[in-house]
Amino acid sequence: MSDAVWVLGASMTRFGRYPELDSVDLAATACMDAMTDGGVTIHDMDVLGAGTLFQAGVGMGQRVQKQIGQTGIPVFNVANACATGATALRTVYLSIMAGEAEMGLAFGVEQMGKMGLLRGGEKDEATLFEPAGRYGAVAPIDGILGTETMPGVFAQAGMEYAYNNDGVGFEQFARVAYKNHLHSTLNPLAQYRKQFSMDEIMGSPVQSYPNTLLMCCPTGDGAAAVVMVSEERLRSMPSETQKRAVKISASVLTSDPWVESGQVQPDVNTLTRNAASQAYETAGVGPEDLDLVELHDCFATAELIHYDNLGLCERGGAGDFIDSGAPFRDGQTPVNVSGGLISKGHPIGATGVANVYEVTTHLRGEAGDRQVEGAKVGLAHVIGLGSACGIHILEKAS
Amino acid sequence: MSEESAREVSVASDCLPIVDYLQLGEDPHLVANECTNCGARYFDRRNACAKCGKVEFAQVRIADEAVLKAFSVVHRAAPGIPVPYVSAIVETGDGTSVRANVLGLADPMDANLGMHLRFSVYSCGLDDNGTECVAFGYTVV
Repeated sequence: MSDAVWVLGASMTRFGRYPELDSVDLAATACMDAMTDGGVTIHDMDVLGAGTLFQAGVGMGQRVQKQIGQTGIPVFNVANACATGATALRTVYLSIMAGEAEMGLAFGVEQMGKMGLLRGGEKDEATLFEPAGRYGAVAPIDGILGTETMPGVFAQAGMEYAYNNDGVGFEQFARVAYKNHLHSTLNPLAQYRKQFSMDEIMGSPVQSYPNTLLMCCPTGDGAAAVVMVSEERLRSMPSETQKRAVKISASVLTSDPWVESGQVQPDVNTLTRNAASQAYETAGVGPEDLDLVELHDCFATAELIHYDNLGLCERGGAGDFIDSGAPFRDGQTPVNVSGGLISKGHPIGATGVANVYEVTTHLRGEAGDRQVEGAKVGLAHVIGLGSACGIHILEKAS
Repeated sequence: MSEESAREVSVASDCLPIVDYLQLGEDPHLVANECTNCGARYFDRRNACAKCGKVEFAQVRIADEAVLKAFSVVHRAAPGIPVPYVSAIVETGDGTSVRANVLGLADPMDANLGMHLRFSVYSCGLDDNGTECVAFGYTVV
């Protein structure tokens, strides 16, 4: 059993589109860079966690080993919706906490290209109506019985919040996107680095109201990797290495508990609230202690409701929170200073590892132009529909 | 099926419901499998209750009246799906959440959170044998 697990090395590729490369190239690059960053090699690794969603069946971990070193260590290939990367990371974390490993490597990778709209079945021209599936549907129901598309599902989640709370509307959702596009201009690893005005965001083509195109994350390619080490092993390493290490104060994974509306609308709130309370309890910190947050802004509507779910604002106060400027880089609780999924990009399997990379980089004081000055504690959050939520709280070495 | 082409139908006996929790006949309505222990409702077939774990269910009718709890005006969808349309999560009078479209609005942006709605059915096409499919949605009261 280990007392604690630390991040020793971290890396991510720039998110974007790499048609000339494949997922193995991207993941191997991130892994090699993370190990170099930590001053270690594949021969120091006792375990490998590999996260990818759309290629979950190919044995991605072993394919990457064949590029970076086949040492015979156990590989856990994981897929857990948009929490895939966080799950790979937590798998390695658990191996170290359990004492089975002293050091391990986790990566997340995805190559999506210009995949476009996720989910939503193409409507076939009728041939013969035959009941099929768990609901006995005789035809694809997307567009007939509501929407199954991601921009629409998350639009509805945001509108439900607007229904239950004052001060939330189109403008507040748009301001989230304004902030994240603005933040991304300082991040050389972001897929897009362009500032947009509120008018441009609100006037861009509506995908699923209230989410316009500039309020939706792009699809793309990328990888991220993190090397983790046990407290005991870290203490045997050079003092310079120890100073750059970042403590994982909490690693939490939850799924969605039953709620009445869950069968017709994925509940992204309850499992995030549960994960947040577990994480704060484990780490012994509260939302007021966070110097930065990287949260799952797959759509602008999603980010807004997670201010509330993560306790960054008063209950019901997410509209006031964004209007006050609190989540901007120079605000009270900077959120998604990387540009977030909306502008940094969201290669699904990579995202949960990349946001730990981002927080780690700030806690080390190595984030360059986008550095949150004096950052000591940060939180990384992802959520995948289905649902899975991963939260990691990280703390600077004292 | 766009709102423009939505129409009330007299449901013939050889019509097929779009999903099996839509019951046709003289008085079309939705049904759910309700856990006899805790009252949780499900539209799909069940092994056990996801809320309490018990295994006995009874079929219940879902109320026709509803309130609009959440919506999105969908402008971008897969090929073949007419847009824009209003996707909605409604809460029926007996507290059941249902996902469906809001039908019959002159302008989709006329949708308002909290508006009162009523269950309605319409034809959504014929298959190659001429069998009619009937779908459901909610119209503004």
